[in-house]
Amino acid sequence: MSVYTQEQVNYLVEGKLDWETTMRMLSMPKDDDRFRMYLNTLQSKVPWDDKIILPISLHLYIAQNKASKEWVTKCSCGHEFGDYRKNWKLEALVYVRDTPEAMHEVYPKLMAPDTNWQVYREYYCPECGTMHDVEAPTPWYPVIHEFEPDIEAFYTDWVHLPLPEKAC
Amino acid sequence: MNMMSRKEFGLPDLLGNGKTLKEHRDEVLERTKSTGFYNGLEKLEFKESDPITYEKLFSRIRGGLVHARETAKKIAASPIVEQEGELCFTLYNAAGDCILTSTGIIIHVGTMGAAIKYMIENAWEMNPGINPGDMFTNNDCSIGNVHPCDIATIVPIFWDGKLIGWVGGVTHVIDLGAMTPGSMSTGQVSRFGDGLQVTCRKTGINDTPLRDWLHESQRNVRTTKYWILDERTRIAGCHMIRKLVEEVLEAEGIENYTKFAHEIIEEGRRGLQARLKAMTVPGVYRRVAFVDIPYDHPDMSLASEFGKMNSIMHAPCEMTIRPDATWKLNFEGASRWGWHSFNANQVAFTSGIWVMLTQTLVPTARINDGAYYATEFKLPKGTWMNPDDRRTAHAYAWHFLVSGWSGIWRGMSQSYFARGYLEEVNAGNANTSNWLQGGGINQDGEAHAVNSFEPAACGTGACAIKDGLNHAAAVWNPEGDMGDIEIWEMAEPLLYMGRNVKTNSGGYGKFRGGCGFETLRMVWKAQDWSMYFMGNGYMNSDWGLMGGYPSATGYRFEAHKTDLEARIKKGLSLPLGADRNPEATEYERHISATSKVKRDQQCTTTEAIFENHDLYLNYMRGGPGFGDPLDRDCASVENDLNSRFVLPEYAEKVYGVVVSQDKDEVWKVNVAKTAARRKAVRKERIARAVPTREWMKEERARILTKHASVQVRHMFATSFDLSAKFKDEFKTFWELPADWELPESELGVPSFGAKYRMDLSKLPDVRTVTLVEE
Repeated sequence: MSVYTQEQVNYLVEGKLDWETTMRMLSMPKDDDRFRMYLNTLQSKVPWDDKIILPISLHLYIAQNKASKEWVTKCSCGHEFGDYRKNWKLEALVYVRDTPEAMHEVYPKLMAPDTNWQVYREYYCPECGTMHDVEAPTPWYPVIHEFEPDIEAFYTDWVHLPLPEKAC
Repeated sequence: MNMMSRKEFGLPDLLGNGKTLKEHRDEVLERTKSTGFYNGLEKLEFKESDPITYEKLFSRIRGGLVHARETAKKIAASPIVEQEGELCFTLYNAAGDCILTSTGIIIHVGTMGAAIKYMIENAWEMNPGINPGDMFTNNDCSIGNVHPCDIATIVPIFWDGKLIGWVGGVTHVIDLGAMTPGSMSTGQVSRFGDGLQVTCRKTGINDTPLRDWLHESQRNVRTTKYWILDERTRIAGCHMIRKLVEEVLEAEGIENYTKFAHEIIEEGRRGLQARLKAMTVPGVYRRVAFVDIPYDHPDMSLASEFGKMNSIMHAPCEMTIRPDATWKLNFEGASRWGWHSFNANQVAFTSGIWVMLTQTLVPTARINDGAYYATEFKLPKGTWMNPDDRRTAHAYAWHFLVSGWSGIWRGMSQSYFARGYLEEVNAGNANTSNWLQGGGINQDGEAHAVNSFEPAACGTGACAIKDGLNHAAAVWNPEGDMGDIEIWEMAEPLLYMGRNVKTNSGGYGKFRGGCGFETLRMVWKAQDWSMYFMGNGYMNSDWGLMGGYPSATGYRFEAHKTDLEARIKKGLSLPLGADRNPEATEYERHISATSKVKRDQQCTTTEAIFENHDLYLNYMRGGPGFGDPLDRDCASVENDLNSRFVLPEYAEKVYGVVVSQDKDEVWKVNVAKTAARRKAVRKERIARAVPTREWMKEERARILTKHASVQVRHMFATSFDLSAKFKDEFKTFWELPADWELPESELGVPSFGAKYRMDLSKLPDVRTVTLVEE
């Protein structure tokens, strides 16, 4: 079983881990302790002290609200999108690129989709303006609820970590 | 007197136990179903009691398979096989389940297995008979093949008078006589234009190809030399592997071999589950992907009017990873098959997934049917990935397949990210195109067809820790390469006027998708020459991940009636190198103003005439990006600019950098000004956006009034028709009234196939093989 240090995991998260170690991570069996160390790294990077339970995007976390013990979807800036079981996108801001002009802002003419076929839906944090996701569906497509993790099973049976308290 | 005796007809007891092959396979399936372990193997007795011999068997057979591939491909003359490595060899047990496979296009683990299972189900041992030294050829897409140009040779393996397994070899041939030249043509709307299709036909006895097969098959393809040498490649590889198995049997005995041939599959099944538990997070993942089908266009010359319409492929993916590490891949809601050549058989869909997952989840040499037995698939009957009509064309099934799988890819990446295995995260893949295809009389005066495999080296998706690779790979063949210019110029009457990285083709993000590349080709010394385009243009098939953008879409450039012959003679400037920004129309400055130029997003076309000195731009796509582009570090953007990976205008707009060029034209990013600019961009985002629920009210109004292009409405109508669940979820999400409907009949487009279909199972004396939940 592979073993890595907290420092190496910190570098990995920053995208600055040396290539030799990265290759070892790719080619060798996975290290069981990664998730615990990963949480340590992420927790040290956010400016709030609610407990991170599971990262779901580059700047989005399922976290335990320190006061209420509710599990919420939370931006790295601190903005909360509500109950972690709900689709956070419905509580975000959205900008839809559904005209040629709007598409032209991000790609040269002929290199962007035709908006009669496809639009880009950019979901932003209402507080810090981070772009958490870019959907590229047809018009009319429902907002996609991408991930509903089974956190209880993951903590208890898979990574064998104590399950954080959850207010119902 | 003129009838064959029973013996001559070959009444079989091929297994030496009085059971037919079907009875044997049924028993394997029953034991698997009732116990949950492949063939009832709750205990891996051989592996556990004698692990050294077990591993020896594995290493020897796997090594032999790879060796056979590497050796046999040197027989081929086709650059697709010899340069690109589009071949694969696989070993099966008597039930047709894959034991081990070589490197290469390993999608055929399942497709050749499906052909063997079809022979088993349909009592091939009775008629036409299965004997030592036989060879069978299959490329039938209605029983599992990906597309007709993948030709499989299947050889039974006997030991001591009993059938103990099969070996299959597949090559991607350069042409197989479809209605237009090239192996993945676009003009046909049904199987009847897809080219030669052979259903598990006995094409050789006593290790010798039958003469009628050789004569007939050559008459049905354009590129006979490549065809013959491809067949010899497959036969040589199969016979090498058969010989290897004989040697293994001699050394280790039939008992150990038989145990190995089943335990290795159960080991593969357990291995996949173990990897799921080791690398992912249980839960439900949902993603979706699309592909444009722009057939209502003047440059789509179809023989059948009912195919001339625009539509969209729809592939919604719900991936469920359960607490016990079993999983299900559900594509309910997918759109219907269509009158184009992008349909896919259920086996092509399920088997191809392993091509992707061997690159992340199961990076092992032990890929076999164990992974299939560990996975539940739901592919509703009637969808594009499981057609219920035997007329469907499949020539370029990959066009839909790689896009359809992209949802799985992104879902898996979400799980790796959540788990902290960032090194495995990949935003996706390029839409592997353009496919330059065509044919005519080549520079050597011979009838010829081309299928450029340059898209074997598209840009890859960004990772969570680094950029994607530029012009490097294709998801369908981890061994792929772009090929040498010199080899392509020998194979095709098309000179290279440039081969460059495709600027701005990679998706933006904290980590950028890999850029594709582009080659400008000039027709040279050809006669009666035609070509066409094949790729995405109006839509992107892969999305970005976690705030990253999709890659750029495709576009086409072609120029006819140029003055290049005269310009070359006069020493005038020529269109050379890259088409860096299609808006700049740089190539047009170096050809006469009277040239006929097509520069648009119609990236799927049918056969068009190309004269000598005409131009064709072959643009290979980039990969999608990862993370918010505003998080990209300034040094990386600077490198992008100086390496021509991104246009300055878009570095400023998307990455929010403040840039300048010094006297040596080297780009610099001002870090302090960029930080301020990025703050402003975030504010601009907030200012221009609206709460999602507010936007949903506007979108709902558009749905109520049915305001959308016909292709969008057609996609939804066919998905609604095949899945009440998808339709109900759609209506519930948008809070539509109960009487809101979207029947295909109101769209005003042809609806052939909407009601009346003819499934393969309706043919007499045919037992189809179903390997998924339908």
